[in-house]
Amino acid sequence: MFKIAKERLNELYSKIAETFGLFIPIKKGGEVNYHVWGEGKEVSLETLKTVKSPKNAFFPQSENLMKFKTEGKNLEIIDVRWDKTEKPFVMFGVKACDYKAIEVLDKVFLADPVDTYYQSRREATTIVTLACSRPEESCFCNAFGIDATAPQGDVTTWLDGENLYWQANTQKGEALTAAVKELLTEGGEEKVEAQKASTKAIMEKLPFASLDLSRFKPENLNELFEDPAWESMSEACLGCGTCTFVCPTCQCFDIRDFKTNEGVIRYRCWDSCMYSDFTLMAHGNSRTTQMQRFRQRFMHKLVYYPSQNDGLYSCVGCGRCVNKCPQKLNIVKVIKTLGGKNND
Amino acid sequence: MIEETLIPKIGVVTDIRKDTPDVKTFRVVGTDGKKLFKHMPGQCAMVSIPGVGECMFSITSSPTNEEYMEFSIKKCGCVTEVIHALEVGAQITVRGPYGKNFPVEEDFKGKDLLFIAGGIGLAPLRSVINYVRHYRKNYGKVVIVYGARSKDDLVDIDEIQNEWVNEPNMEVYLTIDRPQEGWDGHVGFVPAYVKELGLDPNMTAVLCGPPIMIKFTLAGLLELGFEKSRVYTTLELRMKCGVGKCGRCNVGDKFVCKDGPVFRMTELDELPDEY
Ligand SMILES: Cc1cc2nc3c(=O)[nH]c(=O)nc-3n(C[C@H](O)[C@H](O)[C@H](O)COP(=O)(O)OP(=O)(O)OC[C@H]3O[C@@H](n4cnc5c(N)ncnc54)[C@H](O)[C@@H]3O)c2cc1C
Ligand code: SF4
Ligand code: SF4
Ligand code: FES
Repeated sequence: MFKIAKERLNELYSKIAETFGLFIPIKKGGEVNYHVWGEGKEVSLETLKTVKSPKNAFFPQSENLMKFKTEGKNLEIIDVRWDKTEKPFVMFGVKACDYKAIEVLDKVFLADPVDTYYQSRREATTIVTLACSRPEESCFCNAFGIDATAPQGDVTTWLDGENLYWQANTQKGEALTAAVKELLTEGGEEKVEAQKASTKAIMEKLPFASLDLSRFKPENLNELFEDPAWESMSEACLGCGTCTFVCPTCQCFDIRDFKTNEGVIRYRCWDSCMYSDFTLMAHGNSRTTQMQRFRQRFMHKLVYYPSQNDGLYSCVGCGRCVNKCPQKLNIVKVIKTLGGKNND
Repeated sequence: MIEETLIPKIGVVTDIRKDTPDVKTFRVVGTDGKKLFKHMPGQCAMVSIPGVGECMFSITSSPTNEEYMEFSIKKCGCVTEVIHALEVGAQITVRGPYGKNFPVEEDFKGKDLLFIAGGIGLAPLRSVINYVRHYRKNYGKVVIVYGARSKDDLVDIDEIQNEWVNEPNMEVYLTIDRPQEGWDGHVGFVPAYVKELGLDPNMTAVLCGPPIMIKFTLAGLLELGFEKSRVYTTLELRMKCGVGKCGRCNVGDKFVCKDGPVFRMTELDELPDEY
């Protein structure tokens, strides 16, 4: 394990930025999000929940897929994937929940046939995670078996009042370590262990510490689907889609065409299963009520996705939807209402 | 360059046939004049007019046709409207094939087969039926029941009347909803006709058509003694990616684009009723 004094973090960022594009939580206009680092930017590593999750780096809110040009009757497809030769980049300060969320997205986008747009960014990125030391009331990653005190990633870091501690986990992580080696010194194991213990003590006392997920299993799919409680749970839902946009694991997208002076651009953008036209077809709609759409979102996180992915839930307990829903609806309420008996 | 499924191939429309007032069949090849890609019966493809949009259609031609692909397309909205306005020689984009096919090489082999279609539902079935005709000796007796609103709404009537009815060990029953001048065939809805025909319940059945037709026909088949495990259908949900990623076409834990569109009735029974 290595460490670097907190006061020298800017040197570390600057060193990384020599060879990599460095994305790091930065405060801008009152919001903290992952932005490209630069001298003088207000880095906020301690912010647990960036408004937009890191998924934006791999699966951007909107991205061009291809262009079309027409000349007379002839149509031409222009591959725009390698328009910009992207230099490798580093995502710095990713929390345990958000890292897990990237694993959840990997199972979707890297499954056959691979999504090459996602894949190229994913491969070009070294992820440096940061352990949480002050989890918030809305956090419940532990309900999904995520250890916030020791996130995975190419490099894991821990931050205390004095130092940032650094441990490489993968080849990519080793390469990054080598690039910044001159700034690192050895040591820090005891401090890290101490921090882990104190964080765990806080986690245990969090309001959602003991959520019981035991009923959310593929074999209960139909029983959960039919549960009459969906009606009352979803009554207040506005269908605004906020919960899906802030969610680090929400994957739904739309593909659309846009006419420009230089031809047609086909792009994709985030979409939301909470919207009424999401499943609208020429001959009808498979989900006509907001209850059905609300149910889809939570059934997908807690039952459908796990059923397709060896039991892995596609909620990571980041708590963003808990904080952001204008109607105070969220997955915790769903888990408490429909989950195992121990939620009472 | 790494292949990306979302990036389509360019197709050239080489023939357009007007089947019914609102259905046209489009023949498509690549810019090199060859077939764009191979497929199996029941699989679909995403067809698009750049700048207008992309839609999923069944590949209605048989995989045994090595020259071209065909799509029978019903005009019902913005994209299909523009497709209907195309002329021979027009270039479009096509990507696929997507989805699971009918088990023609597995469960269907050696079986007596019953195909029941309503309206544009013939599109996916035409591919299987012609596949079965091509490998005729691999299959038993074939019975086809096909219905539409009127005689003018029967898709591909020329092929049916000139080829299918003459095929050995193959019976074709056509019906239209209401009596019509110039029609001396059967009149009535498909579900009722199926019951009237008193079909052999040991056949393996495939149903394609509007949801309401499927529902009532299935009930009829079950009354006749058919087993759900030997009845197949296809589902149609809104699609964007075609490969289980855009999150749009799921019914419960299945993506229709990837795990379907062909489903066995017993598989559908296990899914929540949301399609
Ligand atoms: C697996 C599958 C196979 C199909 N096979 C055929 C076929 O062989 N022949 C045929 O005529 N039609 C078929 N359809 C239906 C066809 O995709 C729609 O009729 C078509 O998308 C309507 O598009 P539109 O833009 O003209 O209509 P609009 O109503 O203007 O469509 C608006 C948007 O809704 C989407 N949409 C509308 N209806 C559907 C629908 N039923 N399914 C998916 N997306 C829809 C379109 O993508 C479009 O972006 C099939 C659909 C699926 C899912
Ligand atoms: S559902 Fe809510 S808590 Fe779970 S990962 Fe998404 S935003 Fe976070
Ligand atoms: S659950 Fe809340 S955030 Fe999500 S769509 Fe409904 S009102 Fe909006
Ligand atoms: S069409 Fe995208 S998941 Fe099925």
